[in-house]
Formats: sequence, structure tokens, C-alpha cells
Amino acid sequence: MFDFSVISQWLHTLLLSFLPEWATILVESVIVALVIITLYAVFAIVLIYMERKICGFFQCRLGPNRVGKWGLLQVFADVFKMLQKEIIKMRQTDRFLHDLAPFFVVTASMVTFACLPWNKGGHMIDFNIGIFFILAVSSVSVVGILLAGWGSNSKYPIIGAMRSGAQIISYELSIGLTMLTVICLTGTMQISEIVQQQSELGWNIFRGHLPMVIAFIIYLIAGNAECNRGPFDLPEAESELTAGYHTEYSGMHFGYFYLAEYLNLFISAGIATTVFLGGWAPLHISGLDGFNGVMDAVPGIVWFLGKTFFVVFLLMWERWTLPRLRIDNILTLEWKYLMPISMLNLVLMALLVAYGLYF
Amino acid sequence: MNLVFQTIAPAELHQEMLRLRQEKKMDFLVLLTAEDLGEEGFGVVYQLESTETGEQVNIKSVCPNREQPTLPTVSDIWDIAHIYEREAYDFFGIIFTGHPDMRRIYLREDWVGFPLRKDDKPEEQNPLKMDNAPLSDDTTCYELQPDGTLTSHKNTIFEPEDYVVNMGPQHPSTHGVLHFRVALNGERIKRVDPVLGYIHRGIEKMNESMTYPQMLALTDRMDYLGAMQNRHALCKVIEEAMGVEVSDRVKVIRTIMDELQRIDSHILYFSCLCQDLGATTAFLYGFRDREKVLDIFEETCGGRLILNYNTIGGVMADIHPNFVKRVKEFIPVMRKGLKEYHDIFTGNVIAHNRMEGVGVLSKEQVIKMGCTGGTGRASGWHNDLRKLRPYDAYDRVEFKEITFTEGDSFARYMVRMLEIEESLKIIEQLIDNIPEGNYQEKMKPIIKVPEGTFYAAVEGSRGQFGVFLESKGDKSPYRVHYRSTGLPLVYAMDTACRGNLIADLVTIGGTFDYVVPDIDR
Repeated sequence: MFDFSVISQWLHTLLLSFLPEWATILVESVIVALVIITLYAVFAIVLIYMERKICGFFQCRLGPNRVGKWGLLQVFADVFKMLQKEIIKMRQTDRFLHDLAPFFVVTASMVTFACLPWNKGGHMIDFNIGIFFILAVSSVSVVGILLAGWGSNSKYPIIGAMRSGAQIISYELSIGLTMLTVICLTGTMQISEIVQQQSELGWNIFRGHLPMVIAFIIYLIAGNAECNRGPFDLPEAESELTAGYHTEYSGMHFGYFYLAEYLNLFISAGIATTVFLGGWAPLHISGLDGFNGVMDAVPGIVWFLGKTFFVVFLLMWERWTLPRLRIDNILTLEWKYLMPISMLNLVLMALLVAYGLYF
Repeated sequence: MNLVFQTIAPAELHQEMLRLRQEKKMDFLVLLTAEDLGEEGFGVVYQLESTETGEQVNIKSVCPNREQPTLPTVSDIWDIAHIYEREAYDFFGIIFTGHPDMRRIYLREDWVGFPLRKDDKPEEQNPLKMDNAPLSDDTTCYELQPDGTLTSHKNTIFEPEDYVVNMGPQHPSTHGVLHFRVALNGERIKRVDPVLGYIHRGIEKMNESMTYPQMLALTDRMDYLGAMQNRHALCKVIEEAMGVEVSDRVKVIRTIMDELQRIDSHILYFSCLCQDLGATTAFLYGFRDREKVLDIFEETCGGRLILNYNTIGGVMADIHPNFVKRVKEFIPVMRKGLKEYHDIFTGNVIAHNRMEGVGVLSKEQVIKMGCTGGTGRASGWHNDLRKLRPYDAYDRVEFKEITFTEGDSFARYMVRMLEIEESLKIIEQLIDNIPEGNYQEKMKPIIKVPEGTFYAAVEGSRGQFGVFLESKGDKSPYRVHYRSTGLPLVYAMDTACRGNLIADLVTIGGTFDYVVPDIDR
């Protein structure tokens, strides 16, 4: 399997050959930042196009099909439209907080995005408390949402922001507990190592069998709720709160919320892939060496993206099928069902690990 | 039918009404409207009905004082009179003493004059205003003192510390330009105050200066999802007044068209409810099937939404040669579609959670508030005019009147879904034997309705749609009043929503199924 660290090592030595060490790291950081931002934008476009097409097919429609072949340029047109739009400055808002909020949301999602392992050796942020770091930075976005609601000084946004706050903080508990279940099995929080382990020993969802499947399902539900996507989209419930916390935003400030929403979907699917479905690790079936050989020939990034988009598809399917929950239903679901189940699941996992009852 | 009135003097009105309510069990106030009697003053017309015996009484009370007409309120006897009396106040300036909320309802609060009085000059007194319409937080209640003078005191609608959210007039789930002012306590609703009139066109006033055939054009524009039935009711009242008997063919065609319209309306109901609850895919399933009904309409009527089909004495044109074939093709498609609706939405646990036990109205409440149609039937009130007083071809077809007893949002939803099936059954029974005959009776070139007061009602898509017609024997009516199907529903929103969450307001509004142009007229 191709190791991406070969390229990064080569670049590092190349830069070191004519630059001092501090400058090398500076240049590398700038390159990485540019790569993240570019990928971020590219994936946003891909996801928006994908969502429109998939939602169209679910709804007996064609989806975008006028701009470019199969509507491929539609999203670009929309992005340019968004970039041109005026950012309207409103009276009686808290200007500073109002303008700050989208950056909180988009930065939180970009930093989390940078933690994803794309390939063997191809990760941008990787250290020994990786999962903990992901949980920490991804929860910063709730600050942005609350600021957006507060800074807008308007009634719908504040209701949306309060809902969002209650919802995200609640569902963070379930996510934390499912992650603990995973860590219990892997014994490490470092993302590269979790994936490496899975490429050698098999995907976590197979290794940890029953508790892992439960954890995966809970993660899918909670992750969807974290992204504020339907059926958990009530912070921005269109039919109730017009657009929830971003009602008062226009132009690119709104665009950041929109971007972050789609990328959070991708990130949430990416993390599910990383910790449950083996990240870039190919599918191996023990005993079938020929099959395994063929699977190994497929590059890791293809595996990673394939699995992630599969999970994204599952989440989109869910979003376009179910009606929206009500705030009390959502909190009941979390506090009375998901959290107790994930706690029991954690205990079960701990017992299985203690008695070695896993593959 | 020509209405026979029992005239009661204003002083005894309240007592007499209370007696009728208690002794004769007249629990349903069908209609309350006013008319300008010229020199005699203003008359207020009440139509009462007993839901037990089906007996009806028409009452008229005349307030002779044109300067300051007053009448005692009946809003303490029938809840729905709250909003009907506000309408009479808005148009005629009749002050109902003891009514807790004497505000204008459709016109701006700073409107001068009362436009349906025959001597009023609305254009002169009301130049185009470029400022925002005022919206006060309190209201006036008038009391009649024994010496004949009026005193008034203020009632508050919203306290200054209330957290009031404006739902509308531009809001995705009010289904049009409807405006609710909602006082919230956290996410719980303390009070809902509907602000009406954003799409008020003064259709009743316009009708007074139109000839009868011209009037027909406006009914389609009230409840656009009940265009056929609205126009049917107007044609019916004029035909009954003139003693015109339409041919059997027209009766059957009108019945089929009414039922197609009902299916169209109920599909849209399903779609919009799903959209309100966030199930966008189900929304488009509904629209996919609704297209087929609209195509059928288009072929025969030329229109898809504004149909212009019924005329006085018949219908505009004979059915299209493809009509029968298209309708027969549509019935199985619709049955399949219904199954899909139930699969994607009705059985969903989230949908159940959102609708069950939300916005419960008891049978007494729906009768008191005059909520006819599916909303009333969901609470166990048998109010289907097609069964109670069959008209046209309804007496020769088999169908069930769908009723539930729960009175919650889910029951209201299921009533509509099952009614689609019943409508399909009705159409199925009629489509193969549409009798031969004229599609239009020969009418005089100038249609004049004999002198008298007439009322006719049909079962519209969302309740009893009635037309009250007062004629002086001219080619234009003297006074027309439409019994709106949506107005009682909007009035009931406050009762149904109190104590529920904002999300429930959307559910309840969706399941009540009001159409705004029908409310505002």
C-alpha cells in the first residue's frame, strides 16, 4: 500500500536542504493550510451537487440539469452568486459578535476537517490525543451558533440558537461515549494509529462486533444531530423559524454557515469511517489472499473517500425521508435513550475487552 | 331557499339567544352577518342550527340608530361570534356591547369609515397610506349603560413584557399572507392573535356592484383549493332563488368536479403538512399526483387553479371527450399514491409523535367555534353536508362520512386521507353513468334574482361554504356574504395552540388546513 509519508518526507528534506528548520516548518504549514482550504471548498461543491442530485432522485425530480452537462456547473454558479452578494449591515445588531459568528463555525469545521486521515501517512493533524482533539474543536461551532443567534438581536435567530445549543451539547455526550467505546477497543486516541491497527487487525466494526455496531448506529444518529441536519434540523427549521440562527445573515457570511453545514456532514461521515470502517484500510477477508491482493491495489484515498461518501449517502437518505423532530422529542431521544444505551454499551465493550472476546 | 326570519328587538336579543341555546339546543352559529337596511338602520342576521336535531332558525335584529348602532354581543354564547362580530363591526360599524375585543379585523386600524354601509365613501376618506399599518397591543370593550350611553374600557392582548414573535405575514408555514402574533414563554405558546386582512380584496363589497354572472368570477379566487365548490355554492343559491332546475347531467358533472377538487385540496393538504413537518420528499409525492387532477381540470375547464366552470344554470362547457378516460386512469394511480403516502409518512414514528395528542379540540369546542369540515369531523362532529342535506348527486352514491373522536392533529390528518378514498369511491360510482342532457339551461340574457334573502351551502374542501344573498330584484345583489370555511379555523388556533410548543403551532396550523384568501375574502 502506498505510503503518503514518502512524499511529505521528500518535501521536508528538500526544503531543509536550502532553508533553516523554522522556515521549513513555516513553509510547510502554509502549504498545508492552502491544501486544507482548497480541499474544503472542493468538497463543499461536490457535496452540494451530490445532495441536490440525490435529493432530486428521492423526490422523483431530476435535480439541477441546466447549467453545464448534467447541471455540473450549477454549484459553481451558486458559489459565484453567493460571493457577489452584499453583506447587509443591520441596525441594532451586535456588529462585532454578528460578524464573528460565521468564522467560529467555519474555523471549527476546518480544523476538524484537517484531522481526517486521507491515506496511509496522509494526515495533516495527528497527535496522541487525536480523538479528544476532534471532539474539542468540533464543539467550538456551538459558540458560533449561539453568537449568531445573540448577535442578530432578532427573535427567530435567538430561538434557533437556544435550540441548537441544547441539541449540540446533549448529543456531544453520546458522541463522546461512542468514542470512548472505540478507544476502549483500540487502546489509543491517535487517529493514524487507530487506522493502522484496523488495516492490520480488521475494521473496528467487525473486530468489536455487537457493541461496535451499536456504537456505530448511535454515532450516525448523534453525528447527524451534531451537524444540525434533518431530521434534526430544528435550529434552522425552515417551516418554523424561517432560517433559525442564520436568518439575519446574507452574502458570504451566510455562505460560511452553509459551507460549514455541508462540510460537517462530510466530517461526521469521515470520522465514522475512520473509527468504525477502517479509514483508508482496504477490505480484507482472511483466507482469500487473491481478493486481499486486489483490494490492496486500490489506493487508500479511494477507500477513504468511498466509505465516507457511502456514509454521507446514508445520512442524506435519512435526511430526505424523515420528518423533523420536535425539540422535546430530540432531547428525550438523547437523554432517555441514546445516552443510557451508549453507557451500557461502553460497559459491555469494557467487559468484552477485559475477557478478550473480540477478534 | 328563501329565509324566514324571526325578528327580535335588540333589548331582548341576548336573553332570547340564550333561551334558544339552552332550550332548543341551538349550539351551532352557522352565520352571523350584517346588512344595511337604509332608513331602518342596520340589520344583523344570525343563522342557528341544532347539531342534534338539524333544526335551523334564522334571527334578525335591527339596530335603528345609524349614528351609533349597538347590539348586545352573543360571543359569550357561541365562541365563534367573537370573530364574526368583529367582522360586522369592521364593515358596518355595529358595536357589540360586552364583546371583549372590538377591534377591526380586516381593515387597517386607522381606516376611516365602514365600507359596507351604503352611504360610505371609502375612497374619499382613505387616501393611499405610505406608512406602516399600526398594530396595537390592546383593545376596547364597550358596555351599554342603562341610560343608553356607551362606556368603554381597555383590554390588553399582549402585556409589555410578553415575548411576542410575529409568525407571518411572510412565513413558510402560514400558507399565505397570514399573520399570527404569538406570545411565547420559552418555546411554549401563551397566546396566538391572528392578524387578518393582508389579502382582503373586499369581494363582498365588489359583488354589490356586479351583475350575477360577473360575480361568479370572484368565488374561485377565495378558496383557490375549493374553486369548484365555491362557485357551485354561488350558482346553487342563485338557481334556487330563481327556481331554475339544472339537468341531471349537470348535477352529476358538478358532483364529480367537486370531488376531484376535494381530492386536489386534500393532496395539497398532505403535501403542505409534510413540508411543514420537514418531510420534503413526501411533499413532492403529493405534488406529483396533484398534477394529474389539474391536468383533468385543464382539459375540461381550461384552467388549473382558477377553473371558472360552473355557471348559473349549468356549466361553462360540456366535459372533454377524454374526461371519462382520464378520470378512470387517475383512480388507480391515486390509490397507489395513497399507499405511498401512508408508507412514507403516516406510519412514521416521528410523524406520530409530532401529531398525536397535539392541539386537541373537543366536540363541544369545535361546535362552539363553528369549525366545520375535516377539523370538526376529527373531533366527532357529524357535519358533512353531503350526508346531512344531500344536494346534486350525493343522494344516489354510497360513501362514508369519516369521523374520529380523538380531535387531535393526527385525527385531522387521517380524516383527510380517508376522505380521498371516499371521494374516489363517489367518482367511481358516477363516472360510468353520466346521464345525457343539457350542460347549460337556457337563461335570460339579463339575470335578475327575485326579491328575498337566500342562503345555500355546499360541503367545501375544508367545511361548510355558504353564500348568503339578499336581493332587491335587481340585476346586482343588494348584499352578499360568504360563510368562509377558514375563518372559524383561524379563530380556533388560539384555543388549540395554547400551552403547546412553536413547532406544534406549525403542526396544528397545517392540520387545520385554512386557506388565507378564503379567510380574508
